[in-house]
Amino acid sequence: MNRPERNAPLVLGIESSCDETGVGVVRGTRLLANTVSSSMDEHVRFGGVIPEIASRAHLDAFVPTLREAVAAADVTLDEVDAIAVTSGPGLAGALMVGVCAAKALAVATGKPLYAINHLVAHVGVGLLEPADGATGAAAGVPGGLAGSLPENLGALLVSGGHTEILRIRSITDDVELLGSTIDDAAGEAYDKVARLLGLGYPGGPAIDKLARTGNAKSIRFPRGLTQPKYMGTAEEPGPHRYDWSFSGLKTAVARCVEQFEARGEEVPVADIAAAFQEAVVDVITAKAVLACRENGITELLLGGGVAANSRLRQLTEQRCSAAGIRLTVPPLSLCTDNGAMVAALGAQLVMSGTAPSGIGFAPDSSMPVTVVSA
Amino acid sequence: MLILAIDTSAVASAALVSDDSLESVVGSFATADTRSHAEVLAPGIEQLLSGAGLRGADVDAIVTGVGPGPFTGLRSGIVTARSLAFVWQKPLYGLMSLDAIALEVAESTEAAAEFIVATDARRKEVYWARYALTAGQLPQLVDGPHVGFAAGLPHLPVYGAGAGLYPDDVRAVPEFASRQPEAVSLGQFALARLAAGEQLLDSTPLYLRESDAQVPGPRKRAL
Ligand SMILES: [Zn+2]
Repeated sequence: MNRPERNAPLVLGIESSCDETGVGVVRGTRLLANTVSSSMDEHVRFGGVIPEIASRAHLDAFVPTLREAVAAADVTLDEVDAIAVTSGPGLAGALMVGVCAAKALAVATGKPLYAINHLVAHVGVGLLEPADGATGAAAGVPGGLAGSLPENLGALLVSGGHTEILRIRSITDDVELLGSTIDDAAGEAYDKVARLLGLGYPGGPAIDKLARTGNAKSIRFPRGLTQPKYMGTAEEPGPHRYDWSFSGLKTAVARCVEQFEARGEEVPVADIAAAFQEAVVDVITAKAVLACRENGITELLLGGGVAANSRLRQLTEQRCSAAGIRLTVPPLSLCTDNGAMVAALGAQLVMSGTAPSGIGFAPDSSMPVTVVSA
Repeated sequence: MLILAIDTSAVASAALVSDDSLESVVGSFATADTRSHAEVLAPGIEQLLSGAGLRGADVDAIVTGVGPGPFTGLRSGIVTARSLAFVWQKPLYGLMSLDAIALEVAESTEAAAEFIVATDARRKEVYWARYALTAGQLPQLVDGPHVGFAAGLPHLPVYGAGAGLYPDDVRAVPEFASRQPEAVSLGQFALARLAAGEQLLDSTPLYLRESDAQVPGPRKRAL
């Protein structure tokens, strides 16, 4: 195997944990290409991601996506120093496609392979700089982490597949899960409620748009796991102090809709959408900021597809600035699942001297966040 | 001509076959189980190549079994074959996985003139195909592949692990009652068919079943 370049390694990243087939290329912390093929349209009529459909789409999208990414980066596979692939967490059958493809690339090219954690990759993407030195082009948002990891970093990840708050002491070997959803992911709750309200899939953008015309205060939906028995105190934390639950909220929305229907009244869809969104965003940001304050986190990175939600961004910014926390939100194309984030974390692992994973590992659909690379 | 053949329609297997070598086999491996494809396939291929002192550039074509077989395992072989073919810039062909067993039947002493090959499709069903045999010829696929209950198969001798699972329902041939499709036979079949100037398939998987997804019905209203 070639010895990877330690200063600014050229890394190819592969992502297939859900419904996006992503291949990205980075050199050190510079983004060179980020190509994504999504099977989202094929899931619309089902109202949610169907794992088998996603897996079939990954199989057919992989080589074309790879070809396009390598061309966009203007590199050859021969020049690549290392390959990185999401090995978990995610949908088992979907992960399998990307992992087998990555292993085949490693065999065919002789390059070292890193099996990496999808959640930590969402954080790694925050370290990318703009593609060509222009600001804002790639990860170059004002306030980006800009190449080096700050002290006291946390990450709030919100998507259709996950909802977590992490503490990152070292992105290559010390990541801690402070809290997570104990049932549905936030994005999943959006999808289910959108279906209840007849708003279609994906639910996030539909609810976000309609919520702007509704009155969020007209109905009060429950905030899961906020009772004292779950929260405890800072000194004696309860069992779910930083955890979320959205299944009760979804049930409450269903009840609410039924009650309007039973009374023969028109369902105030916009108000319900606004009140639901407020409940989700309120409890996510309140608990995330609490976790930051109580763990000395002063820099927070927001990642995952739900980072596109206008109300989540707004309230996270408000509450972070009130608590003296600096917030970083990568551009949306890097917040949603993609291969560049996998490559970005892979490059960090190469630069830290972490040993590659080899080609014998198995994908792990429930890979814990403490395992940065297998 | 040197072919790298891969089949993961049941067990994970790969083989290097060449018309230059004895019995045309340069090397091969196959797992005993049907659930470790992701772990063993790539290391197995790497060892095959290094064991034979060969590199990707030495391979003339890649052949992959395209099923039918359980989906997740099946895809692991196909995506591996597609990726290798892309990097090495080699032609990629597909072969129906049941053909591997059919070739072994044709080469065995107890071959019947018409027979069925069946493998485990899980959910109490089998993948199956019907073949005809003329002396000195490659087995000819005459019907299939299909997926269905073993009890519904035509009344012919049935070869392969799918027969061994349902001995009460089919005329299982004992010597083949646990036989799975393997890359070595698939590669030999491919070699023979290419030599005979026949066309092979592309690498499109033969799923035979739709995904289980159900389009959700309209929500019941409270009224
Ligand atoms: Zn994600």
